[in-house]
Amino acid sequence: MRSEAKLMQGNQAIAEGAFYAGARFYAGYPITPSSEIAEECSKRMPLVGGVYMQMEDEIASMGAIIGASLAGAKSFTATSGPGFSLMQENLGLAVMGEVPCVVVDVQRAGPSTGLATKPAQADVMQIRWGRHGDQTLIALCPATVAECFSLTVTAFNFAEKFRVPVIIAPDEVVGHLRENVIIPGPGELEVIERKQPSGAPASYKPFTADADGVAPLAAYGGDYVFHVSSSMHGPEGYSNNEPANATWRVGQLHRKLEMHRDEIVITKTFDADDAEVLFIAFGATTRASRAAALELRKQGVKAGVLQLVTLWPFADREVAKLGGRAKTVVVTEMNYSGQVAGEVRRVLGSGADIRQVNSYNGQIIRPRAILKAVQ
Amino acid sequence: MAEKKERYEVILAGSGGQGLVLSGIMLAEAAILEGKNAVQTVSYGTYVRGGFSMAGVIIDSEEIIFQEVENADVVLALTEETMEMYEPLAKEGATVVYDTTLIKERTGKGLFGHPFTDMANKMGNVGMVNIIALGYMAKKNGIVDTESLAEVIKRRFSGKTREANLKALEAGIALAV
Repeated sequence: MRSEAKLMQGNQAIAEGAFYAGARFYAGYPITPSSEIAEECSKRMPLVGGVYMQMEDEIASMGAIIGASLAGAKSFTATSGPGFSLMQENLGLAVMGEVPCVVVDVQRAGPSTGLATKPAQADVMQIRWGRHGDQTLIALCPATVAECFSLTVTAFNFAEKFRVPVIIAPDEVVGHLRENVIIPGPGELEVIERKQPSGAPASYKPFTADADGVAPLAAYGGDYVFHVSSSMHGPEGYSNNEPANATWRVGQLHRKLEMHRDEIVITKTFDADDAEVLFIAFGATTRASRAAALELRKQGVKAGVLQLVTLWPFADREVAKLGGRAKTVVVTEMNYSGQVAGEVRRVLGSGADIRQVNSYNGQIIRPRAILKAVQ
Repeated sequence: MAEKKERYEVILAGSGGQGLVLSGIMLAEAAILEGKNAVQTVSYGTYVRGGFSMAGVIIDSEEIIFQEVENADVVLALTEETMEMYEPLAKEGATVVYDTTLIKERTGKGLFGHPFTDMANKMGNVGMVNIIALGYMAKKNGIVDTESLAEVIKRRFSGKTREANLKALEAGIALAV
């Protein structure tokens, strides 16, 4: 009768994943439907020697986690649409300064404050392009409570390894969903720590990348004194407006992710290898799409699902490979404009039979709505 | 008690503050103790108390792919509004359990009314409504073993609260015998 599985909520599993990954600093401003993450951190951070800071708003929250990260702590925050909008400016600073951090955006229905308690997947493009300038980052999207845990560990690993902000983007459905999950024991999942400089402090250059495309990052308060700026800077961190320097700097922000593209872009497939009808989905709509695909299989239609676990960088190759084979591609997403469908169209070209199933009224997409798009 | 099925879909509906989300959690936890898979979903408005509140629970021995209740086997309604929403499901074969203290009585196949709120008040704690109803539903429909619910209560509560919850559970079970 005993089993080690326990019932856990998606948001709680994100907090658990953060503790597992070694997060020791949380700053945030609670907002539905992400508040349980703050709640969990407020209770647990002090118990593991970490810090929970209730901030005055989301701009400050983002600033606080950047500061904590530069002081050496694995740090994160959680929010939803309205708060995520406020975080953009400092998120850009984190990209430019190559500051490891994790931001959870539990997506709710907008625009603006919208439907506060209802789900959406309409921040896809904001996650990628929400801040100005030619920047880039990583975004992961869980569909189950187990993925809420494991992808949070992955998010911290990516952030630390590539010195980049990582966005975790569940929708309200997944954030509030409770299901049975088995939490891995210590050591079962890899936990990565950021690279530390080893040379003489006087010669430390915080933006000179190693062969892996990433520079070691010292912690403020130690022997290595260094400068981080949101303005264009050279390898040592100080202002440098030379065109050649900007070419190197902007390129470097992109190249470090491109170099590790295969490690960063995670997808899952369900009966996709021979699929003539391919559903492309992410987050909660993965589950409805899988149910629809199984129903179609029962009817003799070769249907399968490609789940975009990594939303950004976009899974161009995987979409091209499986989508190119399918007769019909159906993109299911909780937004009006087809934010992922547009990317799929970019990859597969305008000649492909690409259909969309969208919901933008705060209601989830059900399997029967997906089946209608195929019939 | 009814024979246990491989899969159950349950709706617990009423208004915010009636403890429906916690009931859903406890039902799912009981199923997990029995080695089953369980998902629990919630739907609620922007009010903390008083507005529409609904918890959905799916219990299955196989993987639960789509997370939402699509074909409810058992419904608990604790307000007139939610009773009107879910009463039609009885005609499709669902068991609809409702509280006759709060909802006017109906007759018909699949409709089971009991004065859960009156019972809870007489036991000295109106907050026990959901536990009485859970005991009744588990016994009547075999969703989970009542022993599993008792175990969930023992793990979750201690002292007088534990005793009061176990007493409420027993009262619900007795209604279904």
